[in-house]
Amino acid sequence: MSMKASTRQVDGVTIVDLSGRITLGEGSVVLRDTVKDLLGKGQKKILLNLGDVSYIDSSGIGELVSAFTSVRNQGGELKLLHLTKKVHDLLQITKLYTVFDIKDDEAAAITAFSK
Amino acid sequence: MTAPQQVSYRMESTLESVNKAEEMADRISAQAGFDEDTRGGISMAVREAMINAVLHGNAYDPAKSVNLSFEQNGGELIITITDQGKGLDPVEVPDPLAPENLMKQSGRGIFLMRAFMDEVRFRKLDPGTEITLIKRLQNNDLDRQEAST
Repeated sequence: MSMKASTRQVDGVTIVDLSGRITLGEGSVVLRDTVKDLLGKGQKKILLNLGDVSYIDSSGIGELVSAFTSVRNQGGELKLLHLTKKVHDLLQITKLYTVFDIKDDEAAAITAFSK
Repeated sequence: MTAPQQVSYRMESTLESVNKAEEMADRISAQAGFDEDTRGGISMAVREAMINAVLHGNAYDPAKSVNLSFEQNGGELIITITDQGKGLDPVEVPDPLAPENLMKQSGRGIFLMRAFMDEVRFRKLDPGTEITLIKRLQNNDLDRQEAST
């Protein structure tokens, strides 16, 4: 299953609803292009909703790290929402769980962005 | 005691092969009696080893292939992935958990293989690299396997 990304705006935050697999190839490219496109449009408060992401490999992890760094380097914020158990465990063992700002509730995640 | 069972495949150096190998690993580890969580780990380790072989080893060269074999021997599943690339020395791969490497985009593949398998071995060939991934059935897997027969 390939990855899909759709975006919506809530209170100045861009929520990216991702579904499928973030893996080497198409999945990683979709994520990279989506974040690049948002930054290009000046949308720097980004919430990645991973609730429907069934699988991430090392390339996908790298892409999340890269997205986080790109957004931060442009003075923005990137947070993660609704991790599945698989993705949660993967970020734990790679010690990235504490690097990312991870939220379980969409409304709370939106208010957590700096105004 | 059942006799060892082995299947081998010669695969092209493509992303499609990576996906196929991952699916095969899931299917064969299910047949071997591993639970769903463990199967997920085994297929991820195979995916990462295949990425190493296809991308870093053979560099998508259509003239080079990857050999993938699965062997079930007693309570062990032994998976071997061989490429024809320039060779990989795992000692040279930096620790992805070190603070200075944590935010690097790549370099987590071997770490993930080791995280999910009981044993990971590397052997330098001329040319290429052979990666052997080993997972052993635990007592609860063996109990479930016995109950289903």
